[in-house]
Amino acid sequence: MLSRPTARAAKSLLQATAQPSFQLNAARSFATVQSDIFKPTKYGGKYTVTLIPGDGIGAEVAESVKTIFKADNVPIEWEQIDVSGIEESAPTGRTEDLFRESVTSLQRNKLGLKGILHTPISRSGHQSFNVAMRQELDIYASISLIKNIPGYETRHKNVDLCIIRENTEGEYSGLEHQSVPGVVESLKIITRAKSERIAKFAFSFAVANNRKKVTCIHKANIMKLADGLFRKTFHEVAEEFPTIKSDDMIVDNASMQCVSRPQQFDVLVMPNLYGGILSNIGAALVGGPGIVPGCNMGRDVAVFEPGCRHVGLDIKGKDQANPSALILSGTMLLRHLGLDEHANRISQAIYGVIAEGKIRTPDMGGNSTTHEFTKAILNKMENSL
Amino acid sequence: MLATRAIAAPARRQFLGAAPRASTISLLHSRRGYATAQQDRVAKFTGQKDSNGKYAVSLIEGDGIGPEISQAVKDIFAAAKTPITWEPCDVTPILKDGKTAIPDAAIESIKKNKIALKGPLATPIGKGHVSLNLTLRRTFNLFANLRPCRSVAGYKTPYDNVDTVLIRENTEGEYSGIEHVVVDGVVQSIKLITREASERVLRFAFQHATEIGRKKVRVVHKATIMKMSDGLFLNVAKDVAKDFPHIEFDAELLDNTCLKMVTDPVPYNDKVLVMPNLYGDILSDMCAGLIGGLGLTPSGNIGDECSIFEAVHGSAPDIAGKGLANPTALLLSSMMMLRHMSLNEYADRIEKAAFDTLAEGKALTGDLGGKAKTNEFANAIIEKL
Repeated sequence: MLSRPTARAAKSLLQATAQPSFQLNAARSFATVQSDIFKPTKYGGKYTVTLIPGDGIGAEVAESVKTIFKADNVPIEWEQIDVSGIEESAPTGRTEDLFRESVTSLQRNKLGLKGILHTPISRSGHQSFNVAMRQELDIYASISLIKNIPGYETRHKNVDLCIIRENTEGEYSGLEHQSVPGVVESLKIITRAKSERIAKFAFSFAVANNRKKVTCIHKANIMKLADGLFRKTFHEVAEEFPTIKSDDMIVDNASMQCVSRPQQFDVLVMPNLYGGILSNIGAALVGGPGIVPGCNMGRDVAVFEPGCRHVGLDIKGKDQANPSALILSGTMLLRHLGLDEHANRISQAIYGVIAEGKIRTPDMGGNSTTHEFTKAILNKMENSL
Repeated sequence: MLATRAIAAPARRQFLGAAPRASTISLLHSRRGYATAQQDRVAKFTGQKDSNGKYAVSLIEGDGIGPEISQAVKDIFAAAKTPITWEPCDVTPILKDGKTAIPDAAIESIKKNKIALKGPLATPIGKGHVSLNLTLRRTFNLFANLRPCRSVAGYKTPYDNVDTVLIRENTEGEYSGIEHVVVDGVVQSIKLITREASERVLRFAFQHATEIGRKKVRVVHKATIMKMSDGLFLNVAKDVAKDFPHIEFDAELLDNTCLKMVTDPVPYNDKVLVMPNLYGDILSDMCAGLIGGLGLTPSGNIGDECSIFEAVHGSAPDIAGKGLANPTALLLSSMMMLRHMSLNEYADRIEKAAFDTLAEGKALTGDLGGKAKTNEFANAIIEKL
């Protein structure tokens, strides 16, 4: 899936920034994009990876990942941090401490596997830890891979698209204020530097993964300045990648096209909020958040998490969760580390179990538990040896 | 994150202090009739019959295929003997004090008749040109956009039995148009949410749910991230819901709505969805995608003073004048218009004839895979009448 984008992506990025035609002050910060991410901590032949199970179904699916990785003797040492976004789940003050701890751990290990943290709605609640983590670690690019799984029929066939979402600014800036009672302003921030960075990432990703086309999703007809800047920057970057086709589409039209003819899309790149919307629409096309893997890439840190971010509080503890999304995100992590053999064995086992159709979790129309599903994967891996 | 905390804390205090004042202010604002909404309808149609017992309706035929599909609607209305006279008006934009404006004659016509039907308008492309649709909305303060989507028998899509009703706030939110460049390469775009506008559209939503016999109203929001702006919208919704005890009220995160609707839209058939501007724009077009595109979905822009019903699809200049266009969207919009004017029996009759004709599939236009001309389709409906 995310097949070895590492070296090639870095190379093409370097080439891109080396071109003199691009005279942006941002050039300095991009020259080193990705060149230093891929130095994860390795001690005694084992990689240390931060594991944040998250809220809701997190604990169960993380357990499943740990079991499977252990069974395959994957050389990974987990550094598990049970940070939670639910206020009551930790003694007063501990929530924030655990959050700091997880950020420090990720900074140290440079690699993480993460479930989704709950965000309370109430105004007295904290800012979303998910968003805070992305902003703090500057993991700016979120990737969701949306593809039909063979053997699992949905309403749409031959869907194979990839959503790349800017993760650190836009509507999720967290800047809001009340001018007078009853009048609230919320700021959406779009900067050229970050737009350029994400556009470059999208094109490099397309090059590295043999994708043909990158589509920029925006609403520049209404937000002429903000989304206008995003779109303009995208087209400027596109000129440096002549081998990849590029076009742009307005977000409402894209949503409509997505549910009627999703086959037309390849790689999509967009600001923060639209990414949230489209990754959910996309996940629904192929069978739900339980099977969509993803990751968040930054300059220093890469955090792998399910591509369609749902906490799943409603099925927490019921042994019903589908661990596929987190396991597949885990295999992306393995490929990222160059452990392709492990990754292939595990992902083939998952796809095999799903394709057989006998053991599936309720979200895929089956009635097996998380444990049964995990066990089936383990059996499959054993048989393939 | 520390910085936002620092801002959030005083803001919270300020909000608490402001709370008692807020209520008096909202009372002041609601003088115009929202406080008494239980007796008074929001956006009530106040047009009067003329001496022949007919209502006059302003008709904006629109560009491209507009005249053809308008003719089809006129023919069908004449055959059904609806008590309506058409008053054609021209909205070719003029520049008034350097701003885009529509001609005074058109404004007077719509203000007098309180109601208008509008075909597609081609938005002239040019820098700084405000779209005509936006101009119309602002001129007449059309605060709510009503977008029902219903599966059309005879046109197969991956989704069956879709019957969603979506209401979108139309005047503020992300489309406030307030944007500026802070420094070169950094743009701020302001999403504006006010208590007044939120309350107005939410009251309309509850009222509309009552009218069409739906028992549930659901607010779609992203208050986990935009705690203040979407939080305000959500809080106003909770307040308004108290005035409509017979309607069940709940709220859902935007992400969940996208995911669930695309997975299976049927559970939304008993609900009215209401949301801020951008989400409404995206989701309403997405719903249109579920049933086959904008050619089959009606739309109404509702205001206190007057309301405009329109086809939201493009003006299709490539097939203009060839008699190939599909008038369904405009026809369904005119049905909504009749119901808004409390001429339900006419609407029911025409609607049945139209859906029957579509279901039969004998006289379909090219976009639905048929060979019929616009007037043949219209005649088939007239025969059914």
